[in-house]
Amino acid sequence: MSVLFDILGAVGMWEAMLRIGTPLILGTLGVLLCERVGVLNLGIEGIMTFGAMVGWLTVFSGADLWTGMLVAGLGGAAFGLLHALLTVPLGLSQHVTGLGITLFASSFSYYVFRLAIPTSSQPPTVEPFRPADIPVLSDIPFLGQVLFSQTGPTYLALVLVVVLAWVLYRTPLGLALRMAGENPHALDAQGIDPIRLRIGAIMAGSALMGMGGAFLTLAAFNSFFPTMVQGRGWICVALVVFASWKPARALLGALLFAFFDAFQLRLQTAVEGVPYQLFLMLPYLLSIVALIVMARRARVPQALMQPYRRGER
Amino acid sequence: MRFERRDHPSALLTVLAPVGAVLAALLVAGVLIAIAGANPLRAYGLILKGAFGSRLGLSEMLTRATPLILTGLAAAVAFRARLWNIGGEGQFYLGALGVTAFAMVPAVAALPGPVAVVLCLMAGAVAGMVLLLVPLALRLRFGVDEVVTTLLLNFVAVLFVSLMIEGAMKDPLAFGWPQSVPVPDAAVLPKLMARTRLHIGLLIALAMAVLVWWLQARTVFGIRARAAGLNPRAAAFAGVPLGRTLVMVACLSGGLAGLAGAIEVMGVKGYVTTDLSPNYGYSGIVIAMLANLNPLGVIAAAVFSAVMFVGADSMSRALSIPSYIADVTVALSLLTMLVAIFLAQYRIRR
Repeated sequence: MSVLFDILGAVGMWEAMLRIGTPLILGTLGVLLCERVGVLNLGIEGIMTFGAMVGWLTVFSGADLWTGMLVAGLGGAAFGLLHALLTVPLGLSQHVTGLGITLFASSFSYYVFRLAIPTSSQPPTVEPFRPADIPVLSDIPFLGQVLFSQTGPTYLALVLVVVLAWVLYRTPLGLALRMAGENPHALDAQGIDPIRLRIGAIMAGSALMGMGGAFLTLAAFNSFFPTMVQGRGWICVALVVFASWKPARALLGALLFAFFDAFQLRLQTAVEGVPYQLFLMLPYLLSIVALIVMARRARVPQALMQPYRRGER
Repeated sequence: MRFERRDHPSALLTVLAPVGAVLAALLVAGVLIAIAGANPLRAYGLILKGAFGSRLGLSEMLTRATPLILTGLAAAVAFRARLWNIGGEGQFYLGALGVTAFAMVPAVAALPGPVAVVLCLMAGAVAGMVLLLVPLALRLRFGVDEVVTTLLLNFVAVLFVSLMIEGAMKDPLAFGWPQSVPVPDAAVLPKLMARTRLHIGLLIALAMAVLVWWLQARTVFGIRARAAGLNPRAAAFAGVPLGRTLVMVACLSGGLAGLAGAIEVMGVKGYVTTDLSPNYGYSGIVIAMLANLNPLGVIAAAVFSAVMFVGADSMSRALSIPSYIADVTVALSLLTMLVAIFLAQYRIRR
């Protein structure tokens, strides 16, 4: 028991929770935005990989860290546009297109990375984001260190939760976005083109995914290597169901998840005799449990995975 | 601009769709090769030469196509019934692990050759099945979408393999490398070509493709599975037992992916590692789509992917183009194939 208290009482554990949670928050918000307008985006795993690669490469070539984040966002939006064009105007299978985007984006990332960095027995590194203390607030004992001594992108992710929730529930744009995912015919009758709105939302959501990936190479680690996203994208897809398509709950889900991840990492070193693979399985198994718990309760956007064609029912 | 469904999609367009899709993918990949500073035509020439130009190349290509045919079939049968089995990768690994664990039973090594081989293959298939039945049960019981669960289980499966090969099934003679004990000679598949890696698993894969084609085209199960995919409500109304049909589809799909893993161990590797599969499971999805879910088309699509992968390896050595270009081309051909199928079914009206 004392081991447990030691882990939970340490500032590092809670600080790590926010750090591990940041790419999940960004990715989950991205999936949430896509699904709120009615389109599943299984491209996330590949888009995160591309964001991680292109963000890192940008910084490695001499740009500053925020430019790297921006480029990762733009790269994500580009793949989002591809996904959107195939699934929205053409109405192709969202499952298969998304998987295709993931396979394409990740293999494309590895290809570009290998071209840029031909040999890598020791992967080259960049100087990553440093924690930026927020004056005064970071001096609060415990809470200050956990909440106000994080890196820039973590603050950005937290702000984006509030922004997305505000846009979705408090603005005309948000109403239109939600309608696109619930009843695109009614939206069209209002004079708003659901096709364009969906394309835009998917691009924005994919930009968030790209930035989530870039956080991995520019803040959590400092180098890029293949398969580094490790299913985080899929976990985000599960978290959106857990969050019942609500931004605030998405934050909660991502943090809960990150809590368990940070906890199992510490438990691995504290508890002996248990194979480390069992700990590593936990995040994936937890996601499945989250899906089981929420599957029937969650309120799915009514038009999710239904392509919209004008004049067709 | 709008799209209008063709009343009668022409047979010619349906046949030309995959060809056009592959050409389009090769065109885009060619641009990427050109950007890297090589002549795309020369690169493609080298890829073909690498895969067909020598006895060794050809045998390697067919060895590579073997698991791809099986994982492609696994995806094709599942997708046809709208069971989104994205877990081929995990089922492949469990199949590989299953056969190795089964072969550790001392009695297996003493069995006469053919019996041991058949039992081992079945052990692998069953292991793959079990891994797909879990997400199917979650879908039928709790309404959990199987896409995400099968994807997540891929990671769990590989970690489980890692756990076993560093623990109970670790090879004590492997100098500390994490790999499983080898399967006994009784469970090793005979070679098809002397002095190559090509083994009779290829024939098993081809037989499976014919079997799946027969099941889908000539049996009640095939009709039911298709009906369940096209319109579950109508199918249920017509008396199709949806749950039971999906369970059978899952057994077939997971079994095929598990079989792929078992054959890879019994025919090529001899033991299990966590890098046994260069994404065979995920490539299977592309192959199934390229084949338009047709079991016999899967053979052609698997050969195409195998040519790309094996050929790109030798091409990348000659031109110093990253061999990831093969993955890029195959993934791109999935996207272009989706568009090609669409264009074969719809016409564009202004």
